[in-house]
Amino acid sequence: MHVTCGFYGSGEPTSNDEASRMRKLLLALVSATMLSGMAQAAAIYPLDRATVLAGSPFDFKVEFDGVVKPEDVKVTVNGQDYETVFGKKAEFVAEEKGKEDKVLGSALILRGLTIAQAGHYKIEATAGDQHKQVDWEVYTTAATPKAKNIIFLLGDGLSVAHRTGARIMSKGMADGKANGRLNMDDVPPVAFIGTSSTHSIATDSANTMSAYMTGHKARVNALGVYADRTPDSLDDPKVETMGEALRRQTKKSIGIVTTAEVEDATPAAVVSHTRKRGDKAQIVGMLYDVKPDVLLGGGSAYFLGKDVPGSKRKDDKDYIALFKDAGYALATDKVELDAAAGSNQDKLLGLFHTGNMDVTLDREFLKKGTVDKFPNQPGLVDMTRTALDKLSKNPEGFFLVVEGASIDKMSHPLDWDRALVETIEFDKAVGVAREFATRNPDTLIVVTGDHTHGVAIIGTVDDDKPGTEMREKVGTYDNAGFPNYEDKDGDGYPDRVDVSRRLFMAANNGPDHYETFRPKLDGVFVPAIQNEKKEYVANEAYKDVPGAVFVEGNIPRDEDTGVHAVDDIVLQAAGPGVEGLTGYMEQSDVYRALADAFALGAPKK
Amino acid sequence: MIAGKIPPLSRRRALQAMAGLPLLLAAGGTRAKETLGFDELYKSFGVLGLQFSDKVKRLSGQSVSIGGFMAPPLKAEAAFFVLTEIPMSLCPFCSSDADWPDNIVVVYLGAKQTFVQYNAPIAAQGTLEFGPWTDPETGFVSQLRLRDASFDTV
Repeated sequence: MHVTCGFYGSGEPTSNDEASRMRKLLLALVSATMLSGMAQAAAIYPLDRATVLAGSPFDFKVEFDGVVKPEDVKVTVNGQDYETVFGKKAEFVAEEKGKEDKVLGSALILRGLTIAQAGHYKIEATAGDQHKQVDWEVYTTAATPKAKNIIFLLGDGLSVAHRTGARIMSKGMADGKANGRLNMDDVPPVAFIGTSSTHSIATDSANTMSAYMTGHKARVNALGVYADRTPDSLDDPKVETMGEALRRQTKKSIGIVTTAEVEDATPAAVVSHTRKRGDKAQIVGMLYDVKPDVLLGGGSAYFLGKDVPGSKRKDDKDYIALFKDAGYALATDKVELDAAAGSNQDKLLGLFHTGNMDVTLDREFLKKGTVDKFPNQPGLVDMTRTALDKLSKNPEGFFLVVEGASIDKMSHPLDWDRALVETIEFDKAVGVAREFATRNPDTLIVVTGDHTHGVAIIGTVDDDKPGTEMREKVGTYDNAGFPNYEDKDGDGYPDRVDVSRRLFMAANNGPDHYETFRPKLDGVFVPAIQNEKKEYVANEAYKDVPGAVFVEGNIPRDEDTGVHAVDDIVLQAAGPGVEGLTGYMEQSDVYRALADAFALGAPKK
Repeated sequence: MIAGKIPPLSRRRALQAMAGLPLLLAAGGTRAKETLGFDELYKSFGVLGLQFSDKVKRLSGQSVSIGGFMAPPLKAEAAFFVLTEIPMSLCPFCSSDADWPDNIVVVYLGAKQTFVQYNAPIAAQGTLEFGPWTDPETGFVSQLRLRDASFDTV
């Protein structure tokens, strides 16, 4: 989820000399390439090798390098004039402007294009000596749906180490065999997912979920759009989201459940179009446009007009009132969620925190974080159960996204105990979904992550090993033994995380920080804080924890926390339509399997 | 960009800072008669909004000292900076997925003052103002402000 300075939250302007220098350098490089290479128009969107759901609206854009004359522009589709094939004329923009009104070049934009006919499309754009070609595949789907419902469960940042750790922490291990199984352990792994973004092998939660929810890869920070060159974050070429496709093609209900703000990247990707995931105020408007029937999570600050203390909006829009007027019941805590579950009002907005909800370890056990301010937050399991109760009343079926958001949000600050307890909670939500699917076998369940973290479990930390140096208490190989977590009350969570022999989990990257070898019982770990040079330095607050060792960072000093890994994600699935999920898949290919299960691209009759 | 010599954050200070604000308030607040702690700003927190405390309402328009941490500013020449209860590990001005806590105080300085090391504990004094206000230059919306303020390191 972390991105470095360069894309700005909340639309704030900023002065960043470094970034500005970098941009100038890049512009210089681009110009140099242009002079020597010629013959390449800057870009065509959708990009080369895009796969497009037949009948889905999307924006077509050609960006030319520099200003060109409209009469010199020629765009063909499979050798024919584009207007003939597309049936629409694109708008010609003579001069697209960048920052400080710098002219970027001319462009052709055709919004809301649809292609009904499946097949291969070769798009060629020329202007003067500029030439660019891309190939798209337009696909239809099965004519009739295979699944009535899809439950898409996503552990944000869910890496293999998280599930291994959750299993050992929750179930225990003896003689080398797990003493129990997670719910996700019995959902068959069916595919490895490549998570890379359009401009980088690395990735964030915006572009990854966007690929799952649109079938198109996106750029880091982008949702439901191809990132174009203009600075406006809301004008980039759009592609259809799952939410929109469901509204266009079906009468199914839509549910979104998360422990993050509902306008955070992952839940937002079900409906949103923006180059910048930080456009949270606008994303609430996009949620309102599509109106998911059940929307549960945190993030009420962006639903409140700016005059309300606690609001993070810059306008007076009261989205609480707007959702209520649109027929939604409102729940703001666990009690109201329970009440809503029993009512017959089918639309439900549940907002349980102004920001991200507190994590399970704080909410249920340690009472740290902001639990004193928001003492009655429900967890992911209750929210998932209520969502299924509501959505399953629709005889047409439903699409439900369940996000365990804070597996990632706790892995960034290297707070492994909180991340593992979040994974256990996510697994319990998987259990609720599996139970539902057992009773309703026309349900496809997908369990996956959006990206990985550079994290692994390498053994244990044993306080009873001799000496005072914590490093010497790390057990590896045969010396690791088995941890001594206990779950006497059988709730699936360890009774305490600060046991004497505990998992030793570590990231392969991070900022300068102190490794304390201990759970952070007083609150989420803050590994590094920013100094006056805008560099992240080790947080001295942990320096004097007995046995703490300084760990020098290995990523740039302007990065605050551990970063995402580029490793593949495991995708597990069961139910009707599962055959579409197999082998190595690009994240965008998963959408096609979901669309096929729901017959969202059924050929027009 | 930031003028002047910046004292390094000492371990003692960092620990004091983490240990609690009452200590800081005792040390700071030399010029203002009244001190206000971050735990005294709101009387209730809720999904549908926060409510200012009676103390905030009573002290509105008066000179007040608040101890906290200077978050890295929007830009070096910004007219204001954000005072936070705990040091910010993320920079909301520069990171797309970072966001401010809901109990920040925006500090408008009365006269130019050299910024200290970000995330160092400070005590800011100024005239307390509450209610929504949009910074005309940056569009930043705040709920609690200190006007004509100055600050001391503690």
